[in-house]
Amino acid sequence: MTTIHIDHTSRWFGNVVAVNDITMDIGPGVTGLLGPNGAGKSTLINMMGGFLPPSTGGVTLDGAPIWRNQNAYKEIGLVPEREGMYDFLTGWEFVLANAELHKLSDPASAARKALATVEMTDAQDRKISTYSKGMRQRVKMASALVHDPSVLLLDEPFNGMDPRQRMQLMQLLRQMGETGRTVLFSSHILEEVEQLASHIEVVVAGRHAASGDFRKIRRLMTDRPHRYLVRSSDDRRLAAALIADASTAGIELDWNEKALQIQAIDFGRFTDVLPRLAREHGIRLYTVSPSDESLESVFSYLVAA
Amino acid sequence: MYNQTVARLTYKALLGRRRALLLFALPLLLLVVAVAVRLLGDVDDDVTKQLLGGFAMATIVPLIGVVAGTGAIGPEIDDGSVVYLLAKPTRRAGIIITKLIVAIGVTVAFSAIPVFLAGYILNGNSQQIAVAYAAAAAAASVAYSALFLLLGTVSRHAVVIGLVYALIWEALFGSMVPGARELSVQQWALTLAQKIGGSGAGITSEVGLTMGVTLLAAATVGGAWYASRRLRVFTLAGEE
Repeated sequence: MTTIHIDHTSRWFGNVVAVNDITMDIGPGVTGLLGPNGAGKSTLINMMGGFLPPSTGGVTLDGAPIWRNQNAYKEIGLVPEREGMYDFLTGWEFVLANAELHKLSDPASAARKALATVEMTDAQDRKISTYSKGMRQRVKMASALVHDPSVLLLDEPFNGMDPRQRMQLMQLLRQMGETGRTVLFSSHILEEVEQLASHIEVVVAGRHAASGDFRKIRRLMTDRPHRYLVRSSDDRRLAAALIADASTAGIELDWNEKALQIQAIDFGRFTDVLPRLAREHGIRLYTVSPSDESLESVFSYLVAA
Repeated sequence: MYNQTVARLTYKALLGRRRALLLFALPLLLLVVAVAVRLLGDVDDDVTKQLLGGFAMATIVPLIGVVAGTGAIGPEIDDGSVVYLLAKPTRRAGIIITKLIVAIGVTVAFSAIPVFLAGYILNGNSQQIAVAYAAAAAAASVAYSALFLLLGTVSRHAVVIGLVYALIWEALFGSMVPGARELSVQQWALTLAQKIGGSGAGITSEVGLTMGVTLLAAATVGGAWYASRRLRVFTLAGEE
């Protein structure tokens, strides 16, 4: 049982605040760190991995500070986002070197096992420079797993993976979580996180926006007001019909766009009501598109909530 | 302290890439020049001294030092792969000392040995000139390795800064401008050559032997110490 404790932690770079007073515990099981690009996920992971000191607050592993504490790496396995990884070595040489650096008693068998776990045994004698992105990612995984750590930190591990590799890695991480390890991975894709993580921490603009299981996060995201842009054969009549329904809170006739800007407050009901009303009034719908579905706007809603 | 794995990775990085070409090309150039000079005319001790002192010590040795010293750690820091070394329960000083030993080994092999050979080709080690300059090159290799290794941990532009230092400070000022010469690894190392070389060789250096050796040792130890300090606080910046 290993827990990473982040306590009122901030980190700034010059005038830019990357992480703003975040407190969270990362315990056993799979935790997803979700947030748009630039939210401070990597900064958090770098602090958890001992590669960045917090500006204020503390980041500890079972009570011991991680920054400048080499012994923490007996427990931590790190999968960095950056690609640099001794391209002139073969996969085998790379993972073996990692095992030796951990001073394992039998580095060769540990390396063999780690490479088998990520299914890279067949390609282990090729130079890393010849690997595809997914293969590199798996060898990185093997190097992080080689000393059987109780904590695994992964920065955007699914980037650049094809669907099959993604499934494989998810399966592997799920297994590690089920055996009581503390697994934390970052992602900016909600679907990725909700498929894998039993617990989700949402970070937006350096702040801790939400925390909970995926149902709670999903509900927070779908329950927010949605904005739609709708074009139809008779915008004015459609607007009149829609505003009478409790699922909408505001409708604007947008002259520039020649469309309706609709604010829906009951997402489920609105998606049901819109086509029904249109049919009843004999109005044709030309365009129905969500106008604020960018991740940033979804996330910033969470921050305000 | 010496870590076999770190040493293996460092050797492979130094000798397996484009850097290796430079490492082989520079000593080769020295030997070619030595052979050419030998074949073309009368070679006396003075010509030997000029070639080994003015060309080898002033240019080739510091350049090899830059290539090996910065190459022992700079590229790993640039591409982030040093994370795999550092995310381990290994002492940072051990990593630096190992890399320093490797860099020294490579620099000595590619500078002191060719200097000795060149001296032998030129005048057959008359007045001990070949041995004297080879010893000086070896001593300089140690200090250069430490300084350029440190540079590799301090700046992303280690190679450029190293080249400027090697070519402008050591080769130009270090050989000509009086005040600057006292602050030059080359001059410190030349105290050894002065000591070893025969009385007729007339090798001179700017500082005394004790001072020279002390400064070389201080530069080496100081460089290694500060480099391990830098490694202890190595950070990864967050997402841009």
